[in-house]
Amino acid sequence: MRIWRITLRLLGQDWRSGELYLLAAALILTVAAITAVGFFADRVETAMARQGGELIAADLALESATPLPAEYRERAERLGLATAEIIEFRTIVMGSDGPQLVQAKAVDSAYPLRGRLKVSDGFATPEREMDAGPDSGELWVESRLLRLLGGEPGALLGLGESRLPARAILTYEPDRAGALFAQAPRVMLNRSDLTATGLIGPASRAEHRLLVAGDAAVVERFKRVIGPGLPVNIRLLDGAGGRPELASAVERASRFLHLATLSTLLVAGAAIALASRRFVERQTDAVAVMRCLGAPNHVLMRVFMLRLVLFGLIASLFGCLLGWLGQLGLTRLLADWFTLDLPSPSLAPILIGLATGLVALLGFALPPLLQLAQISPLRALRRDLGAPRGSAVLTVLGAGAAMALLILWQAQDLQLAWKLILGVAGAVASLVITVLLLVRLAGGMAGRVRGVWRLGLAALARRPAGAVLQIAGLGIGILALLLLTLVRVDLLRSWQESLPAGAPNHFLINIQPQDVEPLANFLRDSGLRADTDDAAIYPMIRGRLVRINDRAVEPSDFADPRAERLASREFNLSHGLALQDDNRILDGAWWSSADAPAQFSVEEGIAETLGIGLGDEIAFLVSGREIAAPVTSLRAVQWDSFNVNFFVIASPVLLGREPATYITSVYIADEREALIPELVRRFPSVTLLDVDALLTQVRQVVDRGVLAVEYVFLFTLAAGLLVMYAGIQASLEERRLEHGILRTLGTGRRALLTSLAVEFTAAGILAGALASVFAQLTGWLLAEQLFGLTFQLNPLIWVIGVLGSGVLIGVAGTLATYPLVVRPPLRTLREAA
Amino acid sequence: MSGRDLLSISKAVGLGKHVNGPAGGLTILERLDLEIQAGEAVAILGASGSGKSTLLGLLAGLDSASIGEVWLCGHRLDALDEDGRAALRNGRVGFVFQNFQLLPTLTARENVLLPLELSGIRDAASRADEALEQVGLTQRASHYPRQLSGGEQQRVAIARAYAPRPVVLFADEPTGNLDQVTGEHIIDLLLDLRAQSGAALVLVTHDPRLAERCDRRLYMRAGRLETDA
Repeated sequence: MRIWRITLRLLGQDWRSGELYLLAAALILTVAAITAVGFFADRVETAMARQGGELIAADLALESATPLPAEYRERAERLGLATAEIIEFRTIVMGSDGPQLVQAKAVDSAYPLRGRLKVSDGFATPEREMDAGPDSGELWVESRLLRLLGGEPGALLGLGESRLPARAILTYEPDRAGALFAQAPRVMLNRSDLTATGLIGPASRAEHRLLVAGDAAVVERFKRVIGPGLPVNIRLLDGAGGRPELASAVERASRFLHLATLSTLLVAGAAIALASRRFVERQTDAVAVMRCLGAPNHVLMRVFMLRLVLFGLIASLFGCLLGWLGQLGLTRLLADWFTLDLPSPSLAPILIGLATGLVALLGFALPPLLQLAQISPLRALRRDLGAPRGSAVLTVLGAGAAMALLILWQAQDLQLAWKLILGVAGAVASLVITVLLLVRLAGGMAGRVRGVWRLGLAALARRPAGAVLQIAGLGIGILALLLLTLVRVDLLRSWQESLPAGAPNHFLINIQPQDVEPLANFLRDSGLRADTDDAAIYPMIRGRLVRINDRAVEPSDFADPRAERLASREFNLSHGLALQDDNRILDGAWWSSADAPAQFSVEEGIAETLGIGLGDEIAFLVSGREIAAPVTSLRAVQWDSFNVNFFVIASPVLLGREPATYITSVYIADEREALIPELVRRFPSVTLLDVDALLTQVRQVVDRGVLAVEYVFLFTLAAGLLVMYAGIQASLEERRLEHGILRTLGTGRRALLTSLAVEFTAAGILAGALASVFAQLTGWLLAEQLFGLTFQLNPLIWVIGVLGSGVLIGVAGTLATYPLVVRPPLRTLREAA
Repeated sequence: MSGRDLLSISKAVGLGKHVNGPAGGLTILERLDLEIQAGEAVAILGASGSGKSTLLGLLAGLDSASIGEVWLCGHRLDALDEDGRAALRNGRVGFVFQNFQLLPTLTARENVLLPLELSGIRDAASRADEALEQVGLTQRASHYPRQLSGGEQQRVAIARAYAPRPVVLFADEPTGNLDQVTGEHIIDLLLDLRAQSGAALVLVTHDPRLAERCDRRLYMRAGRLETDA
């Protein structure tokens, strides 16, 4: 009880005296950034997953080649989830011009659970959104089916034993994405009409899908309940793996957000380190007096620990509150950007925020606090004893362990976390060594200059440990500002530019070999693609993966549903001589000549999913013949470029002689859409796919992501300013007496102020130069290694870093220490005595 | 322990203190013997650097001796660790410092309360108020040290030292930071409270007026106790 009483009294007095303001600000900022992103990411990720869910028109889908047992639907409905059932199959539609192979989809009245359908009433009429599929007794069809059949909207079409009118033109299905490259035109009908068509019997070849949607937690619970016992013939699908283009953009947005949070954590961590060091140092006298008065060490330590934990909890709670308000602002800012209402955030970010605050505070403050236990009570009598020299190893270990733990926790990616931990450790070590060398250099220079310059430079060299802390702190603050500029200006722009205004919005598939050259000419002549030549029209050969080394590939061998799906379907293979611009070799080498030996290049994601490594021999069944070759390179593909890309590409020798159709992508602006009928007329076998909707969806994700990242970086900016303030404050205590003595010895105010300006400007230039180096290095690492973007050296960083930092720190430091210069020296000396 | 020892509050036998500095070994105290009785007021005088404060620190158990024995309240200090010595001081020993050593973030009353609460004394609040009344600072109880004059700060420090009712009070230059008039008031207060409480008083001072009013005066010169008058 008495411990609590003493603790609360000391804590209250600490707060009233302003001792804890800096530490509280640093801690509140850290926790606010973590929780704001936590709350926001919680909501956005759920919303994005739902938007991703649009790609399957649900949050979750069960897919099977045979009718799904009713128990799954019943279970989902018992949990309060919405359900819908669809059946997809290939069939023939009879029109006035004859039969046409189509991909039919029978949907019930609840479909779609996520997203909306779009239809138009005629070929040239505007489209409208629909919440549900066709009513009983009507069909919705793709326009190209009517064109192929020579019919008009309203035409009667034969579907099995039924004849139904094509009431509307189907222009958009949210869950069409997976079947984007299906060549047959699509037809949608009401499920209640299916029996009458007589098309689906017990042995019919069809895909049955149960769609499920609802509260994310309940969907997750449903997934957990049914997942483990799911028979091998039933696949579980969620939106995440829907389309690589969207998944890639969402993943980047998520990485940027986490990067922004991590940078706030790192920068605010430096502020916490500086502020907690100052706080603990100021406790030295109090501890010595209390030890004199007979306070046992364990009691003092309990009081200090309790004080620290209580303070940490209170500050972290404020941080959580600020974080919650922060995400509210962000959500309001972005309200119009989301097609869905953002779900409520969970409470998990509060717990994460509190834990982060405590880990950060204890990690930085506990080691120096424990060193207080070594303070001799004799210090109360003899101040010349000074504070105990703490174990640097203990301090570094404590702070390092806390940061490593928080990075591991926040990065949510083990590989990224380790890279960051090693990067931060390396950066801090090189920062300390460089600052020590530079401080020594400044000390050497001080001997060669005179007057205020000597005073200013000598001040840096006089306190090497203090200077290291101060310049490192200032450097980290400047680094935060530079990174903000770099990420905001360069990386985010690169990201947006990776999806330029003219990104392809139409795919042209099923191009016959004899049409390749005329089509390239048409595209070039019509100005659709200035750069189009034969090489931009890619061959496409379908093949099923049958073997990896000596192991035959069976879908059931793969536990991962995506791998199972990939193994059961045919791949679109291609071959070519040149590596596409949006492809990057991660491992191995690309072939350089047309007669290079037979080999494959595989996309990294699919290689990982299927367990294919560099050097493995893989075999595809193409036109009934097994074609095998070693994998000689693994590629990263920028899927969100919307260019034509392939998971597997072969060297020309391997697939060059196989019969192929061709594919390309092209941007057709709204005002050029009149060219489409001409294109269809000139090349009747070519199928034109409009991916504008998907492109818009990806672009929205990118734009939202950029805005969100910029917002979160405001926390980093605030943390950067705070760490700079802490850096300047760090030396004020030591300066107080020094200035008193110098003033007493007759140093004028102007000379003292000039020496301060010299010292702080020199510190700012040193910190700025170091920060510029690390900012460029970090920018390069982030761009090239993490985001797959091209990095360019930015000279502006050096200008801002070195000159800006020199001026900013010089002015801010001089202004901050100005009160020390103008206060009467007698007062300073009396207080020191 | 003899009957005479029971009256002994503090005792040093063959006490020495050596330190190793950059210029080699340095002897601060050289084999001195000393005994302070209960209720006795002893002044330790000497030039700067003669070892007065070191002796005070050793007698109070704030530092460890290089050789010899130190006894405090019947306990041999060199047999105790730092926590043991702190526990021994707790409630039995009071301190008054030259630079007052009040905690700047606590009010006068809270400064006086602190050692009482650290000792777990039940009526800490009333004792603190009583101590402040004794030093005439009841009206200034809620003031912070920075709001008090030097003399007032030293009176708070004296209230803090006497509030736990110690058996011995160590004072290091208690008037060293005060003007003459204020210093005399502080001397009166220290000795009055000593008389009322019956606690022994061991003080290090340069002030001959203060030394004159003590029962005994010890002179330190180059680490030796030359006179025990």
